[in-house]
Amino acid sequence: MTETTEATTTVVKIDAAGVSHRDLNAKLREAVANGAQKIELRNVHGQRYIGTDLNKPVEIDIFGTPGNDLGSFMDGPRITVHGNAQDGCGNTMNNGLIVVHGHAGDIIGLSARGGKIFVKDDIGYRAGIHMKEYGEKKPVLVVGGTAQDFLGEYMAGGILVLLGLHLEEGQRHKAKFVGTGMHGGVIYLRGDIEQYQLGKEVGIAEPDEKDLQDLQRLVGEFSSYFGYDAGKILENRFVKLFPKYLRPYGRLYAY
Amino acid sequence: MKTYLPARFLVERNAERCIRCKVCTNQCSFDVHSYDSEEDCIQSREENCVGCHRCVIFCPTRAITIRKNPLEYRENYNWRPEVIEDIIKQAETGGVLLTGMGDDKAQRIYWDHLVLNASQVTNPSIDPLREPMELTTFLGRKPDRVELSDDLSLKTEIAPQVKLEVPVMFAAMSYGAVSLHVQESLARAATEAGTLWNTGEGGLHPRLYKYGKNTIVQVASGRFGVHAEYLNAGAVVEIKIGQGAKPGIGGHLPGEKVSAEVSRTRMIPEGTDALSPAPQHDIYSIEDLSQLIYALKEATNYTKPISVKIAAVHNSAAIASGIVRAGADIVVLDGLRGATGAAPKVIRDNVGIPIEMALASVDARLRQEGIRNQASIVISGGIRSAGDVAKAIALGADAVNIGTAALIALGCTVCQQCHTGKCAWGICTSDLFLTKRINPDIGAERVYNLLRGWSVELKDIMGGLGVNAVESLRGNRHHLRGIGLTDTELNILGVQMAGS
Ligand code: SF4
Ligand code: SF4
Repeated sequence: MTETTEATTTVVKIDAAGVSHRDLNAKLREAVANGAQKIELRNVHGQRYIGTDLNKPVEIDIFGTPGNDLGSFMDGPRITVHGNAQDGCGNTMNNGLIVVHGHAGDIIGLSARGGKIFVKDDIGYRAGIHMKEYGEKKPVLVVGGTAQDFLGEYMAGGILVLLGLHLEEGQRHKAKFVGTGMHGGVIYLRGDIEQYQLGKEVGIAEPDEKDLQDLQRLVGEFSSYFGYDAGKILENRFVKLFPKYLRPYGRLYAY
Repeated sequence: MKTYLPARFLVERNAERCIRCKVCTNQCSFDVHSYDSEEDCIQSREENCVGCHRCVIFCPTRAITIRKNPLEYRENYNWRPEVIEDIIKQAETGGVLLTGMGDDKAQRIYWDHLVLNASQVTNPSIDPLREPMELTTFLGRKPDRVELSDDLSLKTEIAPQVKLEVPVMFAAMSYGAVSLHVQESLARAATEAGTLWNTGEGGLHPRLYKYGKNTIVQVASGRFGVHAEYLNAGAVVEIKIGQGAKPGIGGHLPGEKVSAEVSRTRMIPEGTDALSPAPQHDIYSIEDLSQLIYALKEATNYTKPISVKIAAVHNSAAIASGIVRAGADIVVLDGLRGATGAAPKVIRDNVGIPIEMALASVDARLRQEGIRNQASIVISGGIRSAGDVAKAIALGADAVNIGTAALIALGCTVCQQCHTGKCAWGICTSDLFLTKRINPDIGAERVYNLLRGWSVELKDIMGGLGVNAVESLRGNRHHLRGIGLTDTELNILGVQMAGS
């Protein structure tokens, strides 16, 4: 571990080569406890759970490929991945930021209650399942590319955005079973999707004034991380997916 | 549609005793009693009565008797009244039949077919009134072997353990399913008795954080109220995969029960349904389970045992082996009779296996594989008495969880209406008028008394067996004999027939 002090921020550099996830997280904990404000992790090769129990707004820059459950249960850190993220990124996250300069795997943002995740390219299956919101807390997942099946299943809150930046002219998003059991939150798609790809609890609408404001803000933030022109992205048509019923299973039971 | 459902109970009011004080009209939350001012008498809508006996106990002149409506249908072993009435209810609603509490059917209760031994002549029994008796139990992973340094200090690193003064804990009951007063009663009783209560999957109300040392915090598929502070508040973190009352299905806490306070604890908006999906979508395999176990270990910096709770099902033994190998420190098995705040009746009464069989096979399997020390086994699902506890420990359990028994201590009469949210005993409801019926001061005392009584009884049983520590009873099936069981049953239970 080497420490340098840049002006007023304390930067800690950690070489993760050959370090187990347990030891790596112990080092992170120690660095944060010692007041590190910025941490650079080099040579990360699949170590899991990075940032899991850190509850300070420390900045973590990851070079290499972090393993599963990056930032799970996380409560405040700001993580930037200079590469791809694997499965379970932001699992049950409470607060903080994850920016992935590449792809991310399955179940990204599962059950997240707060915080923001931005992914430059595509994400895998089961993204944003059971995302929920509460009071001020509203999780956000913005994806530059597209997603696989079961996107936003059981979604109970928060905002999910797929920008479809890599879709060819006339190509649709391919995810199926989108929003099955959805009973809260909203999904915005840039690019088309057919009714049959959606769960039966999901409605399609044109974004309204308020939606467009949210989109402007989120696409703006997305573009600032990855160097896109937000205005250009926003020129295209967006569709809004919303829960048709707040209580999709209300009429299921006999008392 | 006219309902063809007959009244289940008859409400009889002794007119001579009734003083028209209207206590019953206030106490009944199912709208049975009402005061008729013209006639100056109390009327009953018997069809609403669920037989919870709240009015019977609170009537100051003991004027009320609740009797089963005899309903003399023609005798039919197949088409019993319950079967007929279930069909009628579905014909009128088209819905899934919901119910509360545990399986009430007549499947064999193996505890009642097991008997304990006692010392006679050849080895003396121990008098617990004179001799120290040890019920202390440690839950958590035990090392394969212990090494000492030269100065005799412990060299082996010991995984985190939690200490129980009595091997009986309270089963997971979430805030929302039961009221905050119930949780507070359990938390305080657990603190006093030196055992643990369990949040269930509804988060931890800020008022109960102070009981953290005696709390198991649960992480289930809904992940309600789960955040770092919550995970670190408890003594144990439990991953809930399944529940004996409803193996393999999720849960729906109806919006009506998500009050302002429940919403605060679950961290979801007021009035929305709290849907817990059937699987945890980050767990599709033992490898995925291991990933969550270690995520939770990381999130709590390896300071707490991680428990995994499953429903007892056909392959429990193999699954439990996988759970232990995945890194769990405690395995919880919840049997066929495990109770619930709400479950489809068809699942409750037909899915899962008896806890006695699951426990015997899991304990045997872990021993065969040489990994029994790596995790503690906790069982639940219908434990009724210290006798059941002693038998469970002899069959291989480290500790048991009690849910229904603890609620009965609080007043529950097992009327199975928990799913309606109208519990007249104020237990499983979030109606503020009803929840006041549980006073945590009295509730804690009642539940603590139960544990105290069971502890003394356990010591009596152990003394009779000639053992002075619960450790010596654990997994010692020689202390058990079976009665009225087939060879196959005895074989699975790993006990001999009485007389042999
Ligand atoms: S209080 Fe219970 S037993 Fe008495 S009438 Fe109401 S439902 Fe029936
Ligand atoms: S908790 Fe209440 S509703 Fe449920 S069985 Fe007991 S008395 Fe009846």
